Amino acid sequence: MTAPLLDIKDLQLGVALGQSIHPLLKSVSFQIMPGEAYGLVGESGSGKSVTSLAVMGLLKKPLAVSSGKILFKGQDLLALPKREMRRLRGNRVAMIFQEPMTALNPLSTVGRQIAEMFVLHQGKSWREAKKLAVEALSNVRVPNPDRRAKSYPHQMSGGLRQRVMIAMALACNPDLLIADEPTTALDVTVQAEVLRLIKELCAERGTAVLFISHDLGVIASICQRVGVMYAGCLVEENETRALFDTPRHDYTRGLLGALPRLGSRSQHGRQRLVDIDSIIADRSKLTDTRFIAPRGTEGSQP
Amino acid sequence: MFRFTLRRILQIIPTVVVVALLIFVIFSVVPGTFAASLFADGKRAADPQMIARLNEEFGLNKPLMERFVAYVTDLAQFDLGTSFRTRQPVFDLINDRMWASLKLAIVAMVFALAVGVPLGFLAAMRPGSVLDTVTMIGAVSGLSMPQFWLGLLAMYLFALQLNWLPSFGYGNGSFQNLILPAVTLGVTPLALLARTTRAGVLDVLNADFIRTAHSKGMSEIKVVRWHVARNALVLIVTTVGLQFGSLIGQAVVIEKLFAWPGIGSLLVDSVAIRDIPVVQGTILVIVLWFLVINTAVDLIYAAIDPRIKQE
Repeated sequence: MTAPLLDIKDLQLGVALGQSIHPLLKSVSFQIMPGEAYGLVGESGSGKSVTSLAVMGLLKKPLAVSSGKILFKGQDLLALPKREMRRLRGNRVAMIFQEPMTALNPLSTVGRQIAEMFVLHQGKSWREAKKLAVEALSNVRVPNPDRRAKSYPHQMSGGLRQRVMIAMALACNPDLLIADEPTTALDVTVQAEVLRLIKELCAERGTAVLFISHDLGVIASICQRVGVMYAGCLVEENETRALFDTPRHDYTRGLLGALPRLGSRSQHGRQRLVDIDSIIADRSKLTDTRFIAPRGTEGSQP
Repeated sequence: MFRFTLRRILQIIPTVVVVALLIFVIFSVVPGTFAASLFADGKRAADPQMIARLNEEFGLNKPLMERFVAYVTDLAQFDLGTSFRTRQPVFDLINDRMWASLKLAIVAMVFALAVGVPLGFLAAMRPGSVLDTVTMIGAVSGLSMPQFWLGLLAMYLFALQLNWLPSFGYGNGSFQNLILPAVTLGVTPLALLARTTRAGVLDVLNADFIRTAHSKGMSEIKVVRWHVARNALVLIVTTVGLQFGSLIGQAVVIEKLFAWPGIGSLLVDSVAIRDIPVVQGTILVIVLWFLVINTAVDLIYAAIDPRIKQE
């Protein structure tokens, strides 16, 4: 068996309030193999994004890791000095964010923003870097990459901007790409294009993907394995197919029930989507992994 | 960019015309005349014949429309008229004072920029730090303190006690005479700049694209140089523009305090004795100054932010 590329062990993090840390993530562990696409699903606030930010070392105060390890190629990222972490960030582990509209600097050209990657991590001159940026744009199939490199973000559509983000993230051929809901802000047709692009480019280059979404359909189309997060815990993990066929945890069943399907109808002639009741539970009152019970969904036992 | 620049510059013209008309209307309805104000000190009794003669000399007894036409015709030939009091051309009076005013305003602004912007920047980089707290307390105090009091304080300390700098006067334009009034005048824009810079930088630091920049593996210094500075500049330029424009007007108090021969005190003195041509000319010059600054700010904006040119 090959060694995992990313090995998160018992990661716990929370909001630092004075001396104590109010927990948000309770002991999350999962592994991503080289070249594998791993999906993290869960509702808003379940800890998906925080987990990815922890991997990038981008947690902002008052968020802080309280214990656990994030091993990347066997190296604990949490113990890495800042300078070393910077060298890794963007270079070996890169990230795409949810909001392509605001994730790019409005005052500089996209070409320059991509070029920064080559200047930072490959010691290229600006002139060379700009040429490489044009190449990077054509790799993500942006038409007229020469001209586009000179445009500003506001001159581009959401889909184009997300392509720019992808070009930027993949500029240095990272080993791991973290995609935090990269298609949520896009409309459906563009969504499909962007997903296909991520899938193909990563497969071509053997880049592993940590794909975060609340959309099981999106996850299913791209990931080999899925982890389901709920209230700061990884409650279930399985091969994508197996997870869809035999969900084990109540919450997963709830999520799957909330998914509209073509052709499925109930006796009333119309399918009713299952909703997961109420807002997310207060973490401090949850004690074990059966904690979906207080919210009472149709998926849980009556 | 050329068309944008040209359009902005041409837009100055209609504004000047409207302002000139407005000034005329306002000063033809304010009560009191130059002739009447000559006798307003109470030492001499107002002589109706004398008043009538003066009014006739300055054309104040002509109908409003006739005066208006004369005013506009003169203005169109860049003739600002003749002062009632000194009988000199208004243009010369303003010309004598304007450069002292400009010098004062520019040095005050340079001082405010050189101190306020770096302070605001540093404060924003380390919010909650000692530097941040001290800067913000200083900024609030700077904004709240009346300028004349600050000026007196500075005068007392640096001129009377320490004897480092002259306490007042133009001193034939020597830089030493300029320091105290300029610094005093610069305190308000300095405080305002420190605050807006801090707010602007904090705003930018919280933007999504700064997180993107960090995710690329940039050091904090590079993030600031490549992504924060330019974005924060937009707000700074606005503040500088607004402050720069009003500095000329604000300077009246400072001019009086330090006996600085500026345009602000010329205006106030002329209003007091209803020397209408001088008042009109001075206001027009101040308005023009405002417009020039505003246009400059717009052009700088367009140079910084590519989104503006498109509109």
